[in-house]
Amino acid sequence: MSEPVSALRGESYDGHIRVEEAGLRGMITVRGDLSSEAVARAVGEVSGVEVPGPNAANASDARGLCWMSPDELLLLVPHAEAGETLRRLSDALAGEHALVVDVSDARATFRLTGAPVREVLAKLTPADVSPGVFELGAFRRTRLAQVPAAIWMRDAQTAEVVCFRSVARYMFDLLATAARPGGEVGYF
Amino acid sequence: MLILHCPNCGVDADETELAPGGEAHLTREGPGSSDEEFEQYLFLRENPRGVHFERWRHAMGCGKWFHAARCTTTMEVFGTYPAQTSEPPQEIRDRISDRRPGWRWRELS
Ligand SMILES: [Zn+2]
Repeated sequence: MSEPVSALRGESYDGHIRVEEAGLRGMITVRGDLSSEAVARAVGEVSGVEVPGPNAANASDARGLCWMSPDELLLLVPHAEAGETLRRLSDALAGEHALVVDVSDARATFRLTGAPVREVLAKLTPADVSPGVFELGAFRRTRLAQVPAAIWMRDAQTAEVVCFRSVARYMFDLLATAARPGGEVGYF
Repeated sequence: MLILHCPNCGVDADETELAPGGEAHLTREGPGSSDEEFEQYLFLRENPRGVHFERWRHAMGCGKWFHAARCTTTMEVFGTYPAQTSEPPQEIRDRISDRRPGWRWRELS
């Protein structure tokens, strides 16, 4: 058996916020008609959380659902369970017009921790990340500098960034540079 | 800098999150069309100064296509609307008439 490793093996940086690669995540792309009761029931059963509305995520610990587009969800599970979850979801969606793909090894995730976490995001994205707009549980696809990414507010001081694994190094360096001491903006 | 409201995900998207898709409401001519129709589809565009209808894709967001009506000289945005339509909704046309009385675009006015 080969041993799965994340893109940057958990590399971290402590600046005015902490930036760390969050390690391996099980991620399954689900495409289908999200307004269909059968699809919502199948996805809800397998994920254990309710299907979120637009630009939001529902999660508890390593399990959750993130809204990606009007016909796409991202299902999160512990990395080791991705294969089994994919099988269960395929079975639950049998007969429905839907598609499920294991994208766990095609993604990288970063965790940003610290009070000025919005400042760091705002340096890199055109998305509105101000309090009151980008609140707890908000999940938004956007770009960070030159690459597409999803940003997710986990709590008042924690955000997560999900991007393609192929740009993990670029993303880490970007976040670490934006988090360098002396770079505080103090806007929010 | 343009900010367009994406009707698919509800986000007010900055231009840098979007990919332009050119002129809206083209008829895609196929087999059986005349040379003139095919030329029209492939090459001939309005390229107006003023009111224009365009396709945009929320490329670095929800990934979906939509339509936008805007003014090419002032960058004023009259509105955005779903991709699944072959002409702008009346509500958008009314808003343009309010702002640009006497506007014309192809056979629309
Ligand atoms: Zn969108």
